[in-house]
Amino acid sequence: MTNISLEITGESHHHEPPTHWKTYFTFSTDHKVIGIQYLVTSFIFFLVGGIFAMILRGELITPESDLIDRTVYNGMFTMHGTVMLFLWTFPSLVGLANYLVPIMIGARDMAFPRLNAVAFWMVPVVGILLMSSFFVPGGPAQAGWWAYPPVSLQNPTGHLINGQVLWLLAVAISGVSSIMGAVNFVTTIVKMRAPGMGFFRMPLFVWAVFSAQIIQLFGLPALTAGAVMLLFDLTVGTAFFDPSKGGNPVMFQHYFWFYSHPAVYVIILPIFGIFSEIFPVYSRKPLFGYKVVAISSILIAAVSAIVWVHHMYVSGTPGWMRLLFMVTTMFVSVPTGIKVFAWVATIWGGKIKLTTPMMFALGGLIMFVFAGITGIMLSSVPVDVHVNNTYFVVGHFHYVLYGTVTMGMYAAIYHWFPKMTGRMFNEGWGQIHFWLAFIGTNLNFLPMHPLGLQGMLRRVASYAPEYTFWNVLASLGAFLLGMSTLPFIFNILISWLQGEKAPDNPWRAIGLEWLISSPPPVENFEEIPIVISAPYGYGKSEPLTANLENHATLIEAE
Amino acid sequence: MNIRLILNLLTLMTGGLVITITSIFIGKQAYFWLPPQAAAESHLIDDLFSFLVTVGAFIFLAVTSTVLYSVTFHRAKNYDMSDGPHIEGNITLEVVWTAIPIMLVLWIAAYSYQVYEQMGIQGPSHLLHLHNPISIQTADAQEKETPAETVSEPLEKIDVLAKQWAWVFHYPEKGITSTELHLPSDRRVRLALQSEDVLHGFYIPAFRLKQDIVPGKTIDFEFTPIRPGKYSLTDSQYSGTYFATMQANVIVETPEEYHEWLEKAVSHIPTPAKNQAASEYAQTSNQSIKTGWETVKPAAPPVVNFSG
Ligand code: HEM
Ligand SMILES: [Cu+2]
Ligand SMILES: [Cu+2]
Repeated sequence: MTNISLEITGESHHHEPPTHWKTYFTFSTDHKVIGIQYLVTSFIFFLVGGIFAMILRGELITPESDLIDRTVYNGMFTMHGTVMLFLWTFPSLVGLANYLVPIMIGARDMAFPRLNAVAFWMVPVVGILLMSSFFVPGGPAQAGWWAYPPVSLQNPTGHLINGQVLWLLAVAISGVSSIMGAVNFVTTIVKMRAPGMGFFRMPLFVWAVFSAQIIQLFGLPALTAGAVMLLFDLTVGTAFFDPSKGGNPVMFQHYFWFYSHPAVYVIILPIFGIFSEIFPVYSRKPLFGYKVVAISSILIAAVSAIVWVHHMYVSGTPGWMRLLFMVTTMFVSVPTGIKVFAWVATIWGGKIKLTTPMMFALGGLIMFVFAGITGIMLSSVPVDVHVNNTYFVVGHFHYVLYGTVTMGMYAAIYHWFPKMTGRMFNEGWGQIHFWLAFIGTNLNFLPMHPLGLQGMLRRVASYAPEYTFWNVLASLGAFLLGMSTLPFIFNILISWLQGEKAPDNPWRAIGLEWLISSPPPVENFEEIPIVISAPYGYGKSEPLTANLENHATLIEAE
Repeated sequence: MNIRLILNLLTLMTGGLVITITSIFIGKQAYFWLPPQAAAESHLIDDLFSFLVTVGAFIFLAVTSTVLYSVTFHRAKNYDMSDGPHIEGNITLEVVWTAIPIMLVLWIAAYSYQVYEQMGIQGPSHLLHLHNPISIQTADAQEKETPAETVSEPLEKIDVLAKQWAWVFHYPEKGITSTELHLPSDRRVRLALQSEDVLHGFYIPAFRLKQDIVPGKTIDFEFTPIRPGKYSLTDSQYSGTYFATMQANVIVETPEEYHEWLEKAVSHIPTPAKNQAASEYAQTSNQSIKTGWETVKPAAPPVVNFSG
């Protein structure tokens, strides 16, 4: 059950963690190296997407279209959205999962280490394709990250190689890479758990990754099919979606959203997993309602398959369909509400330590609750008829994508940084980073809600002067948010190079990853752990494993 | 009874009361965040929105104040390395906490459904072609207490044509074309929406109404303007380079003024209308150094009797 990786990798001769930075530029099959490769690569693209965002907000600080050309603006928001989703959130979470999942379930590697490495190396290819589209005639794709035809089929340059074609190729490759990853994760979690680790002894992060990757398996084929059909329409003149030739552009929206709505949960579920790992540690209490929280992840994945039409309420969708999808969409809030309640109950009556990861998780939780509330508003058809495609939506999804996902990612990076690098980060800089990011996020994205309610549309390069006030605030918030990454980068670089040496378990946390050295050796465990109790045993001196040193007694000793 | 328990209950009740009152207050404010209510439908939508803001504010305040309370009062003392109580769950609480959102969701869905039914914004083509099982009444039907059939028969039919990047309104009975949308107040109007090229979106924030326009289809769209004034129509579905410039004025006027306008407009000789996309495009193609990337050429400026 546990030794598939040994047979495949066959490179178990040295057990030290990688000591040379050059390892990270090689085709390594170690899931931890690949994890870090994903994390670093995606963070670089986060900065690229962030620079695009600054340019967008720079343009929007005044009502006129005066900073950049309209075509450049359109290319910018398309690339910003695409980079942020396909090159930041997806890969960074896959990277984290790659690093943690095998260790958390007591495995030595992923089920298919070579496939894992191939899947990673497709990410830089996607990045290079997208970035190179700035240099083809006509510039990058300008149809937005959802590439609705017929706009995406308009090709004023007449060249076969154009931004939209490169964009579609990049999305297709990214889809293939994600499918590889999904197969790998699902197999690993099903097949490679250590003895004694039943499903209900898995950490909630693993549950979350499992649910999320199942979505990838059923959803991605639809997106990939839609992208390939669009590519055919664009290059060889088929007419799937081209209305001037009898095609149906709304069909594309169904293909696209059948995947791209669930994709939101592919991103957010691991973040829920991160919250579920972090709150118990820094509250020193077990996760409240562990089983319900675990099952709610699967429920979210299931319901996510039947909500996609909420993006198309106003696309000429008939009334009965609007109402049907309104109800399914609203039901997502039930399993999500269960999770929020469980986190709050976990914190309640705990012994809370406000470390940097805890601050990011708490900030992320509060902003997630806000996003969830505006999400319910959006799912209500009459309200959505008004605010659909306005800045209200942009505000909503940035509360999800920045307020929750990116903040949750930061929480995770800080929390597992000592494990990954063997060094402690600087707490003071971490706190500065948190406050800049928290204030910046709210200043940036809160004003978008009144703007949307007033009717300011998304994707506009110029707007009516009455919208100026809130736009200026949003832009200031954006620049603050841009600055907030500096203390983070500084902290990570300095700490990685010369931070204090980290003990194996600096947070006195419960979980298999904290039982091995920091950084973990190649193949993680010399001896495969035998799990004998459920996770999150805070407040109970029960060992987690039968054979590895157990930290519950460590806590007693202190 | 235990004094401590009573005190705790009192604190909880005061907290709950404060949060309730605050949420109701915030819910009332919601009306001020929205543009003027210029269509009958906007009243319905705004009431629903205000309700959602009230409920949302209550949830948000309840969660954040609980979290902030914990973070303030349940902090570990310095050097306190011990664990908190080992509480893994509580079935009653968990059941209650699942039942509450389910009930809330059903309530919100039912209310939204009712509002949507009253709006009846999708024209008759949907009812006919798709065997819509939901009987649609109209917003003003409710207010005037007349049978839906008689009032929902629209008094004004106007064709709307969207193209990259201009709006053209056609009044078939009078043979008028215009780049400004004139509407009579307190009359139900039915628009026939069409697009010449890509997806566009018909959106008037003051009406709270929006509908995508799909090329190759005619989409009926109904509503009732109620408040005379000048509003703006924007394109809500991204439609390419000059998307942001695709705007038009909407003039709601009394039926008398509206008819005067029709009479006046019909006598005008059609002329090409001003068009921002076309003029911006002309400007850039005159430049010797092109800064932007190649773009789709704007459709020819519409030739109309009346341009606002
Ligand atoms: C400094 C932080 C950020 C700023 C200032 C920012 C700003 C913006 C703006 C202004 C738009 C709308 C463009 C338009 O409608 O014209 C936008 C769109 C978008 N942003 Fe961000 N953003 C930021 C961070 C993020 C992050 C972290 C993510 C994802 C993790 C993200 C994902 C998206 C997506 C998916 C879109 C939609 C693009 C589209 O509609 O085609 N953004 N952003
Ligand atoms: Cu969605
Ligand atoms: Cu348009």
